[in-house]
Amino acid sequence: MSPKTLYDKIWDAHLVHEDEDGTSLLYIDRHLVHEVTSPQAFEGLRMAHRKVHAPDKTIAVPDHNVPTTLDREKGIENEESRIQVEALDKNAKDFGINYYPVDDIRQGIVHIVGPEQGWTLPGMTVVCGDSHTATHGAFGSLAHGIGTSEVEHVLATQTLIQKKSKNMKVEITGKLHPGVTAKDITLTVIGKTGTAGGTGYVIEYCGEAIRSLSMEGRMTVCNMAIEGGARAGLIAPDETTFEYIKGRPHAPKGAQWEAALNWWKTLYSDDDAHWDKVVTIDASEIAPVVTWGTSPEDVLPITATVPAPEDFAGGKVDAARRSLEYMGLEPGQKLTDIKIDTVFIGSCTNGRIEDLRAVAEIVKGKKVKDGMRAMIVPGSGLVRAQAEEEGLADIFIEAGFEWRLAGCSMCLAMNPDQLSPGERCAATSNRNFEGRQGRGGRTHLLSPAMAAAAAVTGHLTDVRELM
Amino acid sequence: MDKFEKLTGVAAPLPLINVDTDMIIPKQFLKTIKRSGLGVNLFDEMRYNDDGSEKPDFVLNKPAYRNAEILVSGDNFGCGSSREHAPWAIKDFGIRCVIAPSFADIFFNNCFKNGILPIALPQDQVDLLMKDAEKGENARMTVDLEKQEITTSDGEVIPFQVDAFKKHCLLEGLDDIGLTMAKASEIASFESKAAMERPWV
Repeated sequence: MSPKTLYDKIWDAHLVHEDEDGTSLLYIDRHLVHEVTSPQAFEGLRMAHRKVHAPDKTIAVPDHNVPTTLDREKGIENEESRIQVEALDKNAKDFGINYYPVDDIRQGIVHIVGPEQGWTLPGMTVVCGDSHTATHGAFGSLAHGIGTSEVEHVLATQTLIQKKSKNMKVEITGKLHPGVTAKDITLTVIGKTGTAGGTGYVIEYCGEAIRSLSMEGRMTVCNMAIEGGARAGLIAPDETTFEYIKGRPHAPKGAQWEAALNWWKTLYSDDDAHWDKVVTIDASEIAPVVTWGTSPEDVLPITATVPAPEDFAGGKVDAARRSLEYMGLEPGQKLTDIKIDTVFIGSCTNGRIEDLRAVAEIVKGKKVKDGMRAMIVPGSGLVRAQAEEEGLADIFIEAGFEWRLAGCSMCLAMNPDQLSPGERCAATSNRNFEGRQGRGGRTHLLSPAMAAAAAVTGHLTDVRELM
Repeated sequence: MDKFEKLTGVAAPLPLINVDTDMIIPKQFLKTIKRSGLGVNLFDEMRYNDDGSEKPDFVLNKPAYRNAEILVSGDNFGCGSSREHAPWAIKDFGIRCVIAPSFADIFFNNCFKNGILPIALPQDQVDLLMKDAEKGENARMTVDLEKQEITTSDGEVIPFQVDAFKKHCLLEGLDDIGLTMAKASEIASFESKAAMERPWV
């Protein structure tokens, strides 16, 4: 048998039909659904008198529009947001799919809830009408975002029409220095390959630094595969993965666990598998990083200065000029001199328990800088509960953070958590696009520890100085 | 789905790289539960001032391009979120074809589901079409999907590539859920095999 990559193995195990030109029908094991990209798909099913093909494999949770303030039980003020969430309530009920409504403690961001509940398992195909579905690749599952038409297609048939992507290996060799995290790895990769560097590929992340990451860290890395343009990001499952999954509500049990484990252990890329592209980065050369511009590829070590448009070539010269103007930055300015108005800690990239522990470690016994707005939005109700149990919430509240309920919140600002024009935010989320966190808002992407450092000092800060 | 066969129309130049889906349709317009009506908010933040008035410099606000049916833009068009609201907004505005050196994966797929033809061409050819588009409303381009050719206002012909299955679906306006449902027995036999091999799924 010819050697295969992990992606090849998962692909082959889910192939229902393949045409001569490579157009394929792929079986989908898990379909995650949220309120923003699904109403039109359910409406389409109703109009065509179609059912959900596999309701037991379909999991829905409202996350984008939900308020994260503590008075959430009062309901959603914005009428359109409320209608969207109510539509999901109704669709979940009418079509009999698994559902975690707003008032369920298990509610949260769909990409945090899926793994937490054991829905996401190695070797699966996972889709969701959301680009950050790539997160689930951390389990060695093939996971990617789809549009609403494809959501309808998967609801109706439990399959997706696909053409196979190419294989790309991203190897992070060696060990990370203290203060450098999974977020710095994933941003550094995008900084190196560009936001289109992964277009047409599925990435497998490997190497010592990836192996050493917890599941939370691996999810952070895979989450941003989409920002690098890739269809999906994967990490081969290992003992860390199995340990995380074991005992979760929807994980296999007993004899099924053993059978699953046997198969999961075959899920790795063969030694001489073919790679269409290989990127290697030495972990010891990765520093804590931040973004300066309006594309996730605008990444620099915190010790650097703001670049000039002339430092770039081609279309990036104009793009950089536009970014600097939008961000209100001058070439040559030290990144650590950039003052911050708001700190947002949360999102499907960095809203898990380990992220909150990293923040607590930095802010313990310190205060959020006077005049700053700083909020921590846990990724799920269970993450929130765990943080409270571990005493992290007390540290946050004592330091002056707003301690919120679970949701997507200010990552994309569909709920009331938004930036005002010109407001500058240090954010642990995944996109720094113009207007992403609110019209005119300015976003600097960074790790939870770096965001915590900025909250304490009031400007972008090298977290290593506070450790 | 609407068919796409041949289109002759005004092409609007948008010479920016990394045009993301937040630019194409900002999040506040994702709260709809319909597919229609988003065209008025296409490129909302680039197109309108805070008070809702038009920014006269933005290409789609210029008289020559208000009825554009083709958009010519830069590398990595449509990057960012999976929101199909982006192609819905483009189509609702009246644009049926987007030409760029490269596209983000999910956006590219979403276009085909909505009767929009995205065409990826080498940078030098996009540059040429960008120049042609800059001539305004007298410079009408023709995009012929059947022949896989773009004809500029000067009569220059540029061939393009398109996936054969996607071309077929666009030309015929096919609903691919219907196509897949015709393979129901294959799906059923896959499911019984998978239930034996991976019962924990």
